[in-house]
Amino acid sequence: MSQEHIVSVRVYVLIFLALMVLTAATVITAKYDLTVIWGPLNAIVALTIAVIKATLVVLYFMHVRYSSKLTQVVVFSGVLWLIIMVAFTMMDYLTRHGWPEPNL
Amino acid sequence: MEATAVSTATESRENYLNINYGWKSWLFTVDHKRIAILYLASITFFFFIGGAYAGAVRLELLTPAGDLVQADTYNRLFTMHGVFMVFLVLIPSIPATLGNFLLPLMIGAKDLAFPRINLLSWYIYMLGAACIVYAALAGGVDTGWTFYPPYSSIYSNSQVLAAGVGIFIAGFSSILTGLNFIVTVHTMRAPGMTWFRMPLFVWATYATSIIQILGTPVIAVTVLALALERLFHIGIFDPKMGGDPVLFQHLFWFYSHPAVYIMILPAMGVISELIANMTRKKIFGYKFVAFSSLAIAIFGFLVWGHHLFTSSQSVYAGIVFSILSYILGVPSAIKTFNWTATLYKGSMSYETPMLYAFGFLGLFVIGGMTGLFLAALGLDIHLHDTYFVVAHFHYIMVGGVLMGYLGGLHYWWPKISGKMYPEFWGRLSALFVFVGFNLTFFPQFLLGYMGMPRRYHAYPDDTLWQVLNVMSTAGASVLGVGYILPMLYFAWSMKYGKTASANPWPASGLEWQAASPPTTFNFDTTPVVTWEAYDFNHVKELKEGNSASPQEQTV
Ligand SMILES: [Cu+2]
Repeated sequence: MSQEHIVSVRVYVLIFLALMVLTAATVITAKYDLTVIWGPLNAIVALTIAVIKATLVVLYFMHVRYSSKLTQVVVFSGVLWLIIMVAFTMMDYLTRHGWPEPNL
Repeated sequence: MEATAVSTATESRENYLNINYGWKSWLFTVDHKRIAILYLASITFFFFIGGAYAGAVRLELLTPAGDLVQADTYNRLFTMHGVFMVFLVLIPSIPATLGNFLLPLMIGAKDLAFPRINLLSWYIYMLGAACIVYAALAGGVDTGWTFYPPYSSIYSNSQVLAAGVGIFIAGFSSILTGLNFIVTVHTMRAPGMTWFRMPLFVWATYATSIIQILGTPVIAVTVLALALERLFHIGIFDPKMGGDPVLFQHLFWFYSHPAVYIMILPAMGVISELIANMTRKKIFGYKFVAFSSLAIAIFGFLVWGHHLFTSSQSVYAGIVFSILSYILGVPSAIKTFNWTATLYKGSMSYETPMLYAFGFLGLFVIGGMTGLFLAALGLDIHLHDTYFVVAHFHYIMVGGVLMGYLGGLHYWWPKISGKMYPEFWGRLSALFVFVGFNLTFFPQFLLGYMGMPRRYHAYPDDTLWQVLNVMSTAGASVLGVGYILPMLYFAWSMKYGKTASANPWPASGLEWQAASPPTTFNFDTTPVVTWEAYDFNHVKELKEGNSASPQEQTV
């Protein structure tokens, strides 16, 4: 279950390079004003890149990809619960204005 | 029979209680059973502090005029009652005492997976408790236990920070306990103890641990954000500084609704044990009861918005939260129906634990059903922040959790102490608690429905209102007697009680095959489980000595 999985140097270097490229992408996209296309687009692009980077770190640098199913379930539920918290809270904020009064 | 001969010779036998004495052997112990006793003592202590606050609140409400204490003092009294009872008593009550004591015994393990972390969790709990006691001594908190901003973050000049720090710290104790239990259930089960042979109390405790791990960090973050706003005026919740007060309510209830299940799920686990064992019958629908615990743990996270129906939450969100709250009634109903079905044609006996279990059933049903009233969007506008809500959650948290806790303490007392409690006094206490509880809280349903708001120190001079309030206060004194009685006779039984055999009821479950009280490492040899949960034929065979005890099978 928890026997050490040896990850080759090649994988580490590749992931490191991917992270660097994504960092550059964050910097570059931040220089363009994407809000002219859609208000929250800048934030969406930056957050998407950040999520990809975090996923790479968790999967490879933190070895979750090579861990037991149980560890993966634990990590996944942590993320899922964060999503539940944000999504259900946004369910309130996003429907407060500009929606018709429900006909109950 | 070698095994029975050993377990009846309690007096001279070495066990976890008499193996060594002195304060060091307790404060530095890593034995899960001794840590359970440390928790039991501290929780009992804080329970009586919280109870004293409740007593003061009820005394003030004896008369309509606010004559005993000022409004400001009254605010502090009910807040401190809530803070002590919720964070220092109800949250750790069953998991940290009965859970700690029983979990390893029930799955045939020597201890929890991380005995030192277990002791650490008690110290963290005591540190958090010290902060809250400091807050109480330095004047208390006047915000209500819910700490709603911007009052709590900007305007209140009471001890919000100290109490907040206490809650923040105590949360880590809860997380560590949950983590310890989950790892223990996954890795420490005895040979043959498959998941579906585990007692339902273990299932319930496991489900509770999931909530503790996933929910508690959120209350920690919320309290931290509150502290940041209070200390550095960072606008998170105060609309004047660009914050949103409803955001606090979302975050607070994201934890605090599931926290109700941290309290009630272990109590449900206790009730499953009591009902199966006191009726000597396999529990009806074992898998349904087991999985309903998990369902409650998971879906309990999706309903928190039912606390925000009157807080300018969007009506659309309200509709979703209302529907989900109704659906969440299903797994609780599954449990209740299965318990009732288990009683049917069981060979019941009416000792104290069973009386508490009966009390639980009745009170929990009333508490649960009135919860549906409050989950209804329209009716909640009328009932919100009235005594109806107060009555409802006391039926769950006192009628449910404390009934389960006391029932469990009586049931496992022979195992914990090696002595029998006095049965007559036990039954009397169950009666006092049941009558006192209903006398205290049923009138509050009526008061709330008539419109009496919670958290007020005075009420209109109306004869009916005062009669109901007097009933409530009178009931609280009966309830107080019901709680003091067990403390007295449990202490008495330690010295004068009848010596308990290993399995006095007789009941199923590995814990009853360890000696009473167990040795430090619980079992002489690791038991091998070859029977299903609540297999009373097996218990009978053990009693009559027709089969070898599991201890011998492994030799
Ligand atoms: Cu709730």
